[in-house]
Amino acid sequence: MEAGRIEVRQMANSRIEPKPGHFGRQLKSSVMAVLCASLTMLVLGLLLLVLGYILWRGLPGLSLDFFTKPPAPVGMRGGGLAHAIAGSFILMGLACLLGIPWGVGIGIFLAEYARKGFFGEAVRFLVDVLSGVPSITIGIFVYTVIVVRMKNFSALAGGVALGIIMVPLVARNTEGILRLVPQGLREAGLSLGLPFWKVTLFLVLPSAARGIVIGITLAGAGVAGEAAPLFFTSLNNNFWSVNLLEPVSSLPMEIFRYATAPFAAWHELAWTGALVLIGIVILVMLLARLFLPGFEIRR
Amino acid sequence: MTGKIVVDELFAWYDDREVLKGISLEIKANRVTAIIGPSGCGKSTFIRCLNRMHEIVPGAGTAGKVYLDGRDVYALNPIEVRRRVGMIFQTPNVFPAMSIFQNVAVGLALNGWRRRQELHSTVEKTLSQVGLLEEVAGRLDQPATGLSSGQLQRLCIARTLAVEPEVLLMDEPCSALDPIASFRIEELIRELKQKYTIVIVTHNMQQAARISDYTAFLAQGELIEYGSTPAVFINPKDRRTESYITGRSA
Repeated sequence: MEAGRIEVRQMANSRIEPKPGHFGRQLKSSVMAVLCASLTMLVLGLLLLVLGYILWRGLPGLSLDFFTKPPAPVGMRGGGLAHAIAGSFILMGLACLLGIPWGVGIGIFLAEYARKGFFGEAVRFLVDVLSGVPSITIGIFVYTVIVVRMKNFSALAGGVALGIIMVPLVARNTEGILRLVPQGLREAGLSLGLPFWKVTLFLVLPSAARGIVIGITLAGAGVAGEAAPLFFTSLNNNFWSVNLLEPVSSLPMEIFRYATAPFAAWHELAWTGALVLIGIVILVMLLARLFLPGFEIRR
Repeated sequence: MTGKIVVDELFAWYDDREVLKGISLEIKANRVTAIIGPSGCGKSTFIRCLNRMHEIVPGAGTAGKVYLDGRDVYALNPIEVRRRVGMIFQTPNVFPAMSIFQNVAVGLALNGWRRRQELHSTVEKTLSQVGLLEEVAGRLDQPATGLSSGQLQRLCIARTLAVEPEVLLMDEPCSALDPIASFRIEELIRELKQKYTIVIVTHNMQQAARISDYTAFLAQGELIEYGSTPAVFINPKDRRTESYITGRSA
């Protein structure tokens, strides 16, 4: 016993000699850490730069009028983008109406019913292909299917186009989140004599709700800024319109129009429009993160 | 009297791997039957075949017969079978999105029970059956995740009891618990066997000896020995049983 203690004391006193190659490995490790940190800083810096610049250019135009008034006639200062904000909300509402149930449904199918097997793999592949299709192509598709047949650009067509863009994003995210739900939770439900669909709908889905909704807000944020598909579908509207069968204005379309026009007052409106668009997206994402309960799942 | 559950030449497999190779035994009503054997011998698969949980794994299949009160469970609706033959798992898998009350009531609520009064009395009855009612008094509406592991496992047992099964299958219910929590579960098992037929898989030889009336020893997918617990532990007929329970070899 005493001998052992002395040995330990000796070990504590003796200096540990570094093994050969020690400093080389330390150096490599440090270089990698610095590299990762600086790349992260670079991206964060760019983000701050963009946000800061938009704040600087957009903030002066921010007023109550901006949210409540239609644009002022050409050459006059003032006015707002109330029609575009309302239009964006209409388009987003329609997109969510289409994209959420469809996307979540596909996600549930892939995660719960077709985890393995040829058909599931085929669907998974096609969903990935769809998420890779340029948004302008989807705009043209909706143009031929809806706009040409109804002989009118409309909010409905714009919402459908944005909804289709949302579907694969929501579907793959939902599948991924549902796959994280431990199998034990499903088995617990089934062992209570509950049918599979009830287990999926009332036990598995609520456990994954937070992740699924955050995925939906991300997909929604992505399409909120889309302008390309809207050129073929909802087009634009200079006036306040809430008619789903008429063309409707939207923030991305107005930002494009005002930013490319030759009037300084319009440029200001475009910057403020960009600021409001970012603000809405950030607000929705923050709300989702703050108010959705997250669950700790035991494995 | 024939057994509550009669298993006749039961085979089970995952894809091309055979796990159970023709098991036949009778499980007596209102008794505790322990299933022991080395890891990978098919204990869990065996009890999962009794309430048709085995087949939910893709690629899994069975052959042979399992009778519950004389009726072939593979000819019944699996949902009915699982309602009558409940299951407790190794990890207490409570539903994280639900309160303590909802966790116990979920089996009934999702089967169409709507009357709050009835749900309340059932939840209270089953929670007191597992000795949790006083421990969670006043926080029935709080998330279940705040409880200790032993409490969670008893909550899972209450959840299973709430749907009024006849048989309880327990798959190593104490292996994630400390000795005191395990002891409480063991006490509970002794009480529950008055009303239920219990089949328990365990790696703990002392536990099997303490709580079970019958013991089945499985090795490599075959039933090596089955008999009353004292007979199997004191006077094993097979050399493999003896070396396993004395810890000499798998």
